[in-house]
Amino acid sequence: MAITPPSQRIWWHKPIDRIEALWVGIALVWCLVLFFWMPYWHLFGKQNLSNESYKTSPAAFEAKVQAMVEKHKVRTETSGDIPVVAPPPGSDVYMLGRTWEWYPILELKKGQSYRLHLSSVDWQHGFSIQPVNINLQILPGYETVVTLTPTQTGEFGVVCNEYCGVGHHTMLGKIYVKE
Amino acid sequence: MADTLFRQCPRSGLFFHRTGESLMKAHAVFAVVFFLIGGIFGLLVMLTRMPSVHLLDAETFYMALSIHGTDILIFWIIFFEVAVLYFASSTLLRVRPAAPALGWLGFILMVVGSIMTTLTFLRGNSSVMFTSYVPMPAEPTFYLGLILFAVGALVGCFLFLATLVIAKREKTYDGSIPLVTFGALTACIIAILSILFGAVILIPTFLWSVGLIPEVDPLVYRTIWWGLGHSSQQINVSAQVAIWYAIAAIVFGATPMSEKVSRTAFLLYILFLQLASAHHLLVDPGIGSSWKVFNTSYAMYLAVLASMVHGLTVPGSIEVAQRRKGYTNGLFEWLRKAPWDNPVFSGMFLSLIIFGFLGGITGVIMGTEQINLIIHNTIFVPGHFHATVAVGTTLAFMAITYFLIPVLFQRELILPKLAKWQPYLFAGGMTMLVIFMLGAGTLGVPRRHWDVSFSDALMQYQYAGTAITMLGMAGLGGILAAVGGGAYVLIAVGSLVFGRRLDQNATLLASFGVPLKPGSYTLVRPERLGMTPAEAEGAVSHAAPGTFTLALVFLATFVVYFFINAKYLSSLWHMS
Ligand code: HEM
Ligand SMILES: [Cu+2]
Ligand SMILES: [Cu+2]
Repeated sequence: MAITPPSQRIWWHKPIDRIEALWVGIALVWCLVLFFWMPYWHLFGKQNLSNESYKTSPAAFEAKVQAMVEKHKVRTETSGDIPVVAPPPGSDVYMLGRTWEWYPILELKKGQSYRLHLSSVDWQHGFSIQPVNINLQILPGYETVVTLTPTQTGEFGVVCNEYCGVGHHTMLGKIYVKE
Repeated sequence: MADTLFRQCPRSGLFFHRTGESLMKAHAVFAVVFFLIGGIFGLLVMLTRMPSVHLLDAETFYMALSIHGTDILIFWIIFFEVAVLYFASSTLLRVRPAAPALGWLGFILMVVGSIMTTLTFLRGNSSVMFTSYVPMPAEPTFYLGLILFAVGALVGCFLFLATLVIAKREKTYDGSIPLVTFGALTACIIAILSILFGAVILIPTFLWSVGLIPEVDPLVYRTIWWGLGHSSQQINVSAQVAIWYAIAAIVFGATPMSEKVSRTAFLLYILFLQLASAHHLLVDPGIGSSWKVFNTSYAMYLAVLASMVHGLTVPGSIEVAQRRKGYTNGLFEWLRKAPWDNPVFSGMFLSLIIFGFLGGITGVIMGTEQINLIIHNTIFVPGHFHATVAVGTTLAFMAITYFLIPVLFQRELILPKLAKWQPYLFAGGMTMLVIFMLGAGTLGVPRRHWDVSFSDALMQYQYAGTAITMLGMAGLGGILAAVGGGAYVLIAVGSLVFGRRLDQNATLLASFGVPLKPGSYTLVRPERLGMTPAEAEGAVSHAAPGTFTLALVFLATFVVYFFINAKYLSSLWHMS
């Protein structure tokens, strides 16, 4: 029994039951499939993180965001006058997380690629594009870069899904994707 | 000498050392206290996340969530685990516990630490969740409480090891340590490693909170913190698997199909689980993909392999034992004729099935590097871990409690009818909570979120109606689970207070020992613990075809669900 010492002193010589051995084999094969699926997806899948990232500081990142906003702002929205920015395809675009907003609103073009830079100036935040359901962890002091190519048009919400204080649930942003 | 006092339980034949027994009881009682506190806050959190109820205000909600996560995941489970360590060493090996005074010191540290942290939460300025990601600060006593608690648990771990050494030196058993003790040893080693990770990160964070260190890097924090946070989940897995084996032995007299396979599987946990902090960092900046792929898969999923092996061998050993008793018809007579109204068995079996089908499969899927993109920080994540810790671990602990109340506490269970239903209530409610959380998470609903209707936000975003409905359904499941959890506390505490003191001369259940007079302790150390009697070779088969069939169903579910998620991933915007 499992609550008493094994019945044989040399228990490691006892042969393994066929079904048990078969299951270990099957399970091992499946584990290897799971493992090799990841490098496979890096080679052939279209959804991978570049893992490009830099150390940054709140001030430095804010400056870059502001420069983009000034250059490509097309209008403002909401009672908070949040700028909507339409940067050219292929360019570097920025979104900043802070308590409690994603700033600014981006207007992108479907099928075009953008180098999206993300960072936080205060706590950790969770960048979550909905309903597409792309979720990234955003850390202060780190600038994440991901080359993003929207494949749908419409209006998308950016939810914060990392707890960031008592206003966490009011933290939203927006991305428009146009034809 | 005071520390050679033993009592034999007439119902199980197990020997309890007087001090070891008191330590076990103390830890188990505090575990239940924290289960109660954590559970009440869990219910409040659930009632807030139900859109139709939305009970607490935002600030209280985040505080309640911090308390629920910490008190139930850390304090309930670890208090119970230390009790299991004493049981697996002192009781199963019939040996005096090493340095009981230190054991009490460890216990007091755990009590002081857990109360300190809980009270800090209640003051309201430390609602940082149990993960306490920097740079969001909590009050220093939050970190200090956790550190004290961890030191106390560490003392318990080292005393477990010391007790094994004493048993070996005093030759209290013949052959190798029992499989259950081996599983507990695995849990203990992983616990020591996790607590070391914890020390490396929580001590600097504490110093930062009192102003002695200028900053703690958020990525470094997350990487090391999850070295603690994830490995400590493997303590739970090892402990709960050890309990599954113990219950299979206690209820069925089952013998492991192969000691070699089961022990190797435990060894894989030790070797590979430490790598798993990557699960939580798959969409973090500053870490390369090769590190993520290697670590998230525990080097090619060898720890997953271990769990899949236990998933076969535990029910397999039950099947073999049942078939030997003559339940040989068809594939499943052994299972149909199992004692489904004995909560020790039903709790354990539900724990195993739900842990595997809901917790295991979802865990591996969201731990796949790229698939994590569609799951990270959604409510899918709490869906997953309520299947693992709230059903897998917690229900296994509940099941063994029903065994320990008569055997350790020497009380008759009160409300036996309720006890018979309790595992089904809890597991049923939890399963519903889990499935609907998984569903809502798949639709992008965030975890740790007070208001997914964003009513007081500047901008607006509307989740699909199905997602909102699913949150409500999860809530109904949660309420049911809370009733099940309440029933457990009622029965456990009620039995200790009101349960009839048990007659010492009840029938002997297990194959060893002789019953003693009421309440008697003897100065004599019990005779050496013999090896399990060998079965007649060749006379009985070790075949477990029913279990193998179940395992294949499990595998098919796993494969299908994996590729559904891969398909979902492929529909996302392109990223590189
Ligand atoms: C009594 C039944 C329970 C109910 C109704 C319940 C409900 C919940 C809910 C609604 C959440 C919040 C999800 C979110 O907003 O992110 C949650 C979080 C959590 N629960 Fe439970 N739960 C229960 C039991 C348990 C048990 C037994 C455990 C572990 C042993 C557990 C561990 C956790 C943890 C670790 C969290 C995460 C806290 C965080 O995000 O910081 N729960 N639970
Ligand atoms: Cu945020
Ligand atoms: Cu947030």
